Amino acid sequence: MADIPSDAPQHCPGTASEQAGKTSACQGCPNQNLCSSGATKAPDPAIEEIAEKMLTVKHKILVLSGKGGVGKSTFSAHLAHALASDATKEVALLDVDICGPSIPRIMGLEGEQVHQSGSGWSPVYVEDNLAVMSIGFLLSSPDDAVIWRGPKKNGMIKQFLRDVDWGELDYLIVDTPPGTSDEHLSIVQYLSSARIDGAVIITTPQEVSLQDVRKEIRFCQKVQLPIIGVVENMSGFVCPKCKNTSQIFPPTTGGAERMCEEMNLTLLGRVPLDPRIGKSCDEGKSFLTEVPDSPAAAAYHSIVQSIQAYCLSHVPREESAG
Amino acid sequence: VERWVMMLQGGNLAQVQHVVLILSGKGGVGKSTLTTELALALRHSGKKVGILDVDLCGPSIPRMLSVGKPEVHQCDLGWVPVYTDAQKSLALMSIGFLLEDPDEAVVWRGPKKTALIGQFVSDVAWGELDVLLVDTPPGTSDEHLAVLENLKKQHKVDGAILITTPQAVSTGDVRREITFCKKTGLRILGIVENMSGFVCPHCSECSNIFSKGGGEELAKLTGSVYLGSVPLDPLLTTSIEEGKDFIQTFPDSATFSAINSIAQTLLTSIQNP
Repeated sequence: MADIPSDAPQHCPGTASEQAGKTSACQGCPNQNLCSSGATKAPDPAIEEIAEKMLTVKHKILVLSGKGGVGKSTFSAHLAHALASDATKEVALLDVDICGPSIPRIMGLEGEQVHQSGSGWSPVYVEDNLAVMSIGFLLSSPDDAVIWRGPKKNGMIKQFLRDVDWGELDYLIVDTPPGTSDEHLSIVQYLSSARIDGAVIITTPQEVSLQDVRKEIRFCQKVQLPIIGVVENMSGFVCPKCKNTSQIFPPTTGGAERMCEEMNLTLLGRVPLDPRIGKSCDEGKSFLTEVPDSPAAAAYHSIVQSIQAYCLSHVPREESAG
Repeated sequence: VERWVMMLQGGNLAQVQHVVLILSGKGGVGKSTLTTELALALRHSGKKVGILDVDLCGPSIPRMLSVGKPEVHQCDLGWVPVYTDAQKSLALMSIGFLLEDPDEAVVWRGPKKTALIGQFVSDVAWGELDVLLVDTPPGTSDEHLAVLENLKKQHKVDGAILITTPQAVSTGDVRREITFCKKTGLRILGIVENMSGFVCPHCSECSNIFSKGGGEELAKLTGSVYLGSVPLDPLLTTSIEEGKDFIQTFPDSATFSAINSIAQTLLTSIQNP
């Protein structure tokens, strides 16, 4: 982990770098001896602590994109609602979008605060079996900006995974910000000793999106994160008046379907644009409960079923043999 | 000799009259699309424009301007930007140009991104420009701090335009971006509401797919200038996809009219601070 301590000088090479403690910039840094001794290049003990914590979490799903604004948070929230509609399942949603935490609003939890107990941070409960954690709960005002560089964001993510008292969970869903940077590397690294079932990749149909999403897919392949499948969101709009379909975000290069064919991935489904989805999110309600008979809700349910089936069937040999 | 004197005294931004950041906080609201369209609109009105794309993870501008994968050269003053036309009226620099493989992910942590952005800001030989637009990724993190710090070193930033879509989930993030601007002393030139309603091409019914009114409310709430709204237009999204000049193809559209009005207001604002 290329951590840069808060008291490091400019041009700090990072505590995990080969040059840690040895560059000219390191002269005079209070951490110089520690870095040059090699102690900082040892694996972060938090990784094992997190793995320990995650033993009570049966399935972990990351929701990724690469492209912003395609509906990751919307999808994560509704995946959580859908899985939690089975009262026998314990579900949690972790929002690691540090700069733009949308999950509190989408889950109707704006203004809620996190409490600390003896066993760690308590997540905020939407239902008895649906817990949520987001940096949004640590901010006191909707205008507060989290202007943090990478290393500080990584620290927050570590705390979310290690110090939140999740309890026993059937599903932990992790909503991520767009990109392939600190947050994504950190989530994968901190969960490296705990098994992640896989990633659900969200895209919209147009090439401008797919261009970024292919990079995210490459990232997953690079860090050996299995991909459960791809969801194509905002897939066409049916005019409520004349019922004609418009491709507002046109699939000029074949959309997610062709990308999945080319990259040998599963297309989990397509969700159409529906103004009531955005409205539900703004109001903190579940679209699945508000508009249960819509084509979009049907699409969501089908996608969720595929994800559940994947999680239940992809259990590693050690677990299924034991 | 004059070039060297200028470079030593003022750096590569010395002959750039105005620098405007395009920010959001929220992803997918149309920062890159509007950066491209505003650049084209300004060029259309006779200005020399540059675009600096500092979205390292998702650089969209090269495709939107149909420049493909050109080779980027160095001259004695630094990197030569890519020009979209022979008249050199629109220049572009993006990390997209430096990647061997367009599908290759730039998986960098903050410090490395900060270092490259520093280079982008000071080492591109822009030459004479009326306006340099800087497209950013969503958020309030390394990229934003890096671009701002480096621009300030050269005393060169007029301010920022913030893009939002109408719904609360978007304005919620943009409020935080506004705080970022206030905290860093970055002048807010105004707020643009994108994806502001969809007019069905079949029956002309207007649907507020991403809700309504949020941009204007946000401007009022935060005491910022409301620059205007741009509708959801499949002709625009298709044009952007194909890297075409929307302004040349659809000069009479309501969408172009909206974009042009915003471009002119922006120009007035930066020319008369």
